Amino acid sequence: MTLDAQTIAHEVLLTPTGLAPSDLDGVMQQLLRPGIDTADIYLQATRFESWGLEDGIVKEGSHSIDHGVGIRAVSGEKTGFAYSDDMTLPALLEAAGSARAIAHQGQEGRQEIKTETPRVELYLPIDPIDSLCEVDKIALLKRLDSESRALDPRVEQVFVSLSGSHEVILVMGQDGALHHDVRPLVRLNVSVIVEHEGRREQGSYGGGGRTDYRYFLDGDRASEYAREAVRQALVNLDAEEAPAGSMTVVLGSGWPGILLHEAIGHGLEGDFNRKGTSAFSGRVGEKVASPLCTVVDDGTLPGRRGSLTIDDEGTPTTSTTLIENGILKGYMQDKLNARLMGVSPTGNGRRESYQHLPMPRMTNTYMLAGPHDPEEIIRSVKKGLYARNFGGGQVDITSGKFVFSASEAYLIENGQLTRPIKGATLIGNGPDVLTRVSMVGNDLAFDTGVGTCGKDGQSVPVGVGQPTLKVDSLTVGGTRVQD
Amino acid sequence: MSTLPPSTPSELSLDDLKNLVGDCLEEARRQGATGSEVGLSIESGLSVSARLGEVETVEHHRSRGLGLTAYLGQRKGSASTSDLSPKAMKETVEAALRIARYAAEDPCAGLPDPELLAQDCENLDLYYPWPILPQEAMALAIRCEDAARGVHPDIRNSEGAALNTFEGIRVMGNSLGFLHGYASSRHSLSVSVIGERDDQMQRDDWWTVARDARDLQAAEAVGQEAAQRALRRLGARSLSTRQCPVIFAADIASSLLGHFIGAIRGGNLYRKSSFLLDYLGKPVFPDFVHIEEQPHLLKALGSVPYDAEGVRTTPHHLVRAGVLESYVLSTYSARKLGMRSTGNAGGVHNLIIEPGPDNLEGLMKTMGTGLLITELMGQGVNLLTGDYSRGAQGFWVEQGIIQHPVEEITIAGNLKDMFQGLVAIGNDVDLRGNTRTGSILLEQLTIAGN
Repeated sequence: MTLDAQTIAHEVLLTPTGLAPSDLDGVMQQLLRPGIDTADIYLQATRFESWGLEDGIVKEGSHSIDHGVGIRAVSGEKTGFAYSDDMTLPALLEAAGSARAIAHQGQEGRQEIKTETPRVELYLPIDPIDSLCEVDKIALLKRLDSESRALDPRVEQVFVSLSGSHEVILVMGQDGALHHDVRPLVRLNVSVIVEHEGRREQGSYGGGGRTDYRYFLDGDRASEYAREAVRQALVNLDAEEAPAGSMTVVLGSGWPGILLHEAIGHGLEGDFNRKGTSAFSGRVGEKVASPLCTVVDDGTLPGRRGSLTIDDEGTPTTSTTLIENGILKGYMQDKLNARLMGVSPTGNGRRESYQHLPMPRMTNTYMLAGPHDPEEIIRSVKKGLYARNFGGGQVDITSGKFVFSASEAYLIENGQLTRPIKGATLIGNGPDVLTRVSMVGNDLAFDTGVGTCGKDGQSVPVGVGQPTLKVDSLTVGGTRVQD
Repeated sequence: MSTLPPSTPSELSLDDLKNLVGDCLEEARRQGATGSEVGLSIESGLSVSARLGEVETVEHHRSRGLGLTAYLGQRKGSASTSDLSPKAMKETVEAALRIARYAAEDPCAGLPDPELLAQDCENLDLYYPWPILPQEAMALAIRCEDAARGVHPDIRNSEGAALNTFEGIRVMGNSLGFLHGYASSRHSLSVSVIGERDDQMQRDDWWTVARDARDLQAAEAVGQEAAQRALRRLGARSLSTRQCPVIFAADIASSLLGHFIGAIRGGNLYRKSSFLLDYLGKPVFPDFVHIEEQPHLLKALGSVPYDAEGVRTTPHHLVRAGVLESYVLSTYSARKLGMRSTGNAGGVHNLIIEPGPDNLEGLMKTMGTGLLITELMGQGVNLLTGDYSRGAQGFWVEQGIIQHPVEEITIAGNLKDMFQGLVAIGNDVDLRGNTRTGSILLEQLTIAGN
């Protein structure tokens, strides 16, 4: 029998310090002085643990507890913010005093537009840390170590990491409504180094989501991570120098959707567009992609790493259509930017912790499936690159230029995958890369639950997904200059 | 701008914090730990940002954290908390010991060798609190952004200016009797503006950072530099794919040294995940290259009297005449390699590459025709193989003269070749970070473009 999320939230965040919801109301009244348009109080407690295996032994683990309250007061476009790891009423009142000092600037605000999205629970209010006993956690890590080593004699090193967190939040907006969420998150990763005739290469694979550790024991899942890590490493043992220059690139399904996250996702976050600093600013209604492309940001996928029942401002998450059949439809919004742009918040107001201010962030960003068979897409390429797996990426939202780095890629010659090539960075221009998408696969897949996005120094878990895609021209940053 | 003479942050004194660390070590001993190490820090600060002449955010920071590593013989567990109450401290010790009970015996685990621990806490002049009021901070940020926006009509938008000031105390102790702590401060002012011309937008920024606010670059100068940098990027275009010499501008050349440090860090060496395995005593760079660590420079941003484990830090060469003289080791990684800690738990402290005789113009003349890189994008660096492929922006140079700005290209090579192919180091040293280097000219990289 599990407690309901609301009971857990009150027991974790209010009971220990004797705070009552009415105390939070009192703090809110202190905040909402003349000149303050909106305000919120965010209480958070996070418990995190990690375990690591190398050299065949689980040699370390760590555990952390962090809790506190962040208090924000907004006047027009100005925000005052203070936080405290002390969750007692006097500390809250002091933080409220600091935050509301911004009102002395005085400014005319705009009305907030309410959303009517119903709240849907997307995960159970469980604490994953207690979902397996320590002996079983260690057994899982050791099993993956021996399975990885048994797969191929060229496996030299195996690193396995397991982590879980339990985050509990309560957020009160200026209407006095108190919203709660209890967010589990787990992650398992296997990395290997293989060695053959003096050459060493690596491979890494993993996954997770808003569930508990038993997810990894489900069927063959954890073993699949080990097999995939070893497979990628072995492929790279044979990889040749990557070509340099502009060419046709076929992107695999799933995690290669990081293309969408970097090329268009960040550029469609509300803050950059309100300020006019994004290459996509003011372009709603324009064609920014081929008609084959429909891209959404969807925080409502049950159990996914990027999903949230409510965002960090208490707004239920939604599925926001960013691009529909090639036409730019809209932006991702938090409350502040939605209010200032006169639109509804989309449930994308997220923050790393109570020590940080919320801002518009992605959840799960993906492209819908298209009509083409993935085999047919590769067959259609005379000469090009097939990129199956990627590391990270980055974007300059103002110039629109973005990069993402392939970690497993192959040459396509006459419609066939021929040789594996070394990892390389791909670079493109966000507002026009999707106009060059000429085929979209029918094989939409999501990443396995591994993404973390950084913006203004704040990290949040995210997801991506896409079907196999053909981009007619993209610059590949290899070392071999072609004739 | 006002400053006060150095003192200690109020609220909790250094002695209070030392007592808390002592209590935590005692609690660990009481619960059965055979050894333990505790780090405790408190920090407070103010961040103010302004955009288009108006205040945007005022953030008051105040945080605390305690981290503990506890040993049961050769078994280890770690735990941390932001709650410094006796109850939370007791639970943190319990959490660390619970993990230690399940962790495997590791012959290399343990506290540092006692003779390597710092005997005292040298005063490195790192603490200059800046009791600036929010109103004064706002005014300074606005002045900085105004200066940027006033440079040219093509500066049409802004991401704003930000002033940050932080001060804190960090105390460390372990069950071998080490117990030291010190206060430090860090202040910065930055601005990012956007130039617009012919339907192209380009953003760039500039910043200044110092332990002592009086050492910050003037707000107006920071703003003007950011604007000039954004303007000079307007009209950027791609290049065709080619191989050519490349200069990394001083403020991004530090990333090359960062990759070098990554490759000689103990953790990557004992895991055999470095392209510089077994290079100790061998040439990594040409013979004119000297790289040293200077952890005790007064007021410097990377200075520390001891490392993250309490091991004393000492000035020493990592590279002399191109030859690798020292790895970068913590106690654990040193033991894994059969060596001794170099005082680098937590990283390197003020890494300095000896500058050459020429400034950036001189380097461009030496290069003749090639690419000056001023910004890098992405993480396409593989320290296991040395393979390097990143997005870049900069300027195309012919006969030593800048021709036009460049964007949407990648640069690629292998770090081992790049280090050996280092042609010259500029004297235009960027002093703002933990790594001090001038611009760096490399013999050749592959440029991929349109």
